[in-house]
Amino acid sequence: MKQIVIISGKGGTGKTVITGAFAALAKNKVMADCDVDAADLHLLLQPEIKERHDFRSGLSASINKKFCQQCGKCIAACRFNAISDNFVIDHIACEGCGFCSHICPAGAIKMEVSLAGEWFISETRFGPLVHAKLGIAEENSGKLVSLVRKQAKELAEKNNCDWVIIDGAPGIGCPVIASLSGIDCAVVVTEPTLSGLHDAARVVEVARYFSVPVKLVINKYDLNEAMSEKIGAYCVKNSIDVIGKVGFDASVVQAMVEAKTIIEYKDTQIKNEIVSIWQALEDMKKRG
Amino acid sequence: MIISVASGKGGTGKTTVAVNLALSIDNVQFLDCDVEEPNAHIFLKPQIKKQIKAFIPVPKIDESKCNYCGKCATICVYNAIAVLPGQGEKKGNTLIFEQLCHGCGACSVLCPQNAIKEVNREIGVVELGNCATMEFVHGRLTIGEAMSPPLIRQVKEHINHEKTVIIDAPPGTSCPVVASVKESDFCLLVTEPTPFGLNDLILAVEVLRKLKIPFGVVINRSDLGNDKTDHYCKQENIPVLMRIPFKKEIAVAYSQGELLISVFPEYKEKFAAVYRQIAGKIK
Repeated sequence: MKQIVIISGKGGTGKTVITGAFAALAKNKVMADCDVDAADLHLLLQPEIKERHDFRSGLSASINKKFCQQCGKCIAACRFNAISDNFVIDHIACEGCGFCSHICPAGAIKMEVSLAGEWFISETRFGPLVHAKLGIAEENSGKLVSLVRKQAKELAEKNNCDWVIIDGAPGIGCPVIASLSGIDCAVVVTEPTLSGLHDAARVVEVARYFSVPVKLVINKYDLNEAMSEKIGAYCVKNSIDVIGKVGFDASVVQAMVEAKTIIEYKDTQIKNEIVSIWQALEDMKKRG
Repeated sequence: MIISVASGKGGTGKTTVAVNLALSIDNVQFLDCDVEEPNAHIFLKPQIKKQIKAFIPVPKIDESKCNYCGKCATICVYNAIAVLPGQGEKKGNTLIFEQLCHGCGACSVLCPQNAIKEVNREIGVVELGNCATMEFVHGRLTIGEAMSPPLIRQVKEHINHEKTVIIDAPPGTSCPVVASVKESDFCLLVTEPTPFGLNDLILAVEVLRKLKIPFGVVINRSDLGNDKTDHYCKQENIPVLMRIPFKKEIAVAYSQGELLISVFPEYKEKFAAVYRQIAGKIK
């Protein structure tokens, strides 16, 4: 079984569209959406939720006004400015460290576990999908990503699957790092823009920092072919395998509106391009 | 006045809106708070005058004082400390996992032996400069670092309240976005009229409502997709302050680090008008 993650650094380069296409092409797999704070894969895969679970993680402080002597020690201790001058906790700012609860001489502060989101195991027309919804303005997206991945991997092992296909988050921070551990191949989807190259280069560095092999896809390559060549040159210089280029095509949006993957939507040039990218990943798997 | 530019979904045009808005009005300070993937400098080409290393405090154990009681490990909710007690002649050991530490400081204050002091760990850099008369600040998170909010807060320490501050926020809806848009007077949400764009816009709206920050929407590539985003905004009484239709010239200019207002100068007045609307709403 191989685990692949689709990441990009920069947002909006086409991660989810390509992950959706892989879902339609791959046989015998489990999908996972690890962009837990702005998940979109479900819009293409239209999952039927089979299991729904709470994600309880992280703590948040609460002050019992009955015991509070308003000494101010908690306010002085808190480095996250989460306690107001009138002793009200800002639950969004609170990082749940518990320093205030330890330092309060009146024992007036309790730490409570927060409900930080939900996660789901669903069935789709392409097989099982593990996905999640982080609570609004919540923390611990990295932990939720790890949880989704653990469930997806267990499901894939139980069903003797060949693949776990993971839609990743933009950026290079905790959800991305959590989506990289134990991955066989990170597929970096970029676009021919200076921002696309700048951000792809940073996320490639992150993947390599964690010793994850990287393959690269240039999406919408024909929007600026000179820039696509620049990205190609960057890849040669850094020994990154470019496994395909996908053209710009307005039918991507139409397919999305109809909740279809680009593979199901209609026969287009970009469909052929994505099929050959998937073939390259299949070949990589065969070679071991 | 602080105006932040956020989006939920990535790649909708936050940076395009933020830099072009900033260049269409006077007396501006620009903060790029997308410290994981900062891009505004590609368009603004600022002259960087100062680099400040960004640190977070992490614990360091004074082995001569530590008696391996394990209190610090019990206190630390982030599992950043592990204590192996000594056995007979064998000395104990205290391990610090610096990357898990949030820098709350509880362990150093609460250690009964006073054996923990805090040292700085570098997590990135804050760079300050200017482009013509505009002040510019951005942060750059070190590769492999997981936590961006401490660096975002350090970028925001440089806010100049004499200026109109434009903040370019990261995508998403979790802690880095909250750290970036917090304390803004207004937030512009940039979206595109596609199912992905709308799904993530709704999440971003929920964040701003929770933070009680007034907001409006910019619809980018407004002629692609469908009209559901418009319906949603109407139904929720959210003002649509600007529409930018898809044009290949805009996409190509963006790809080369060129400004929208250089390719289509008429947008300068449109961005200035957006600013006037926002200023009117805040007053």
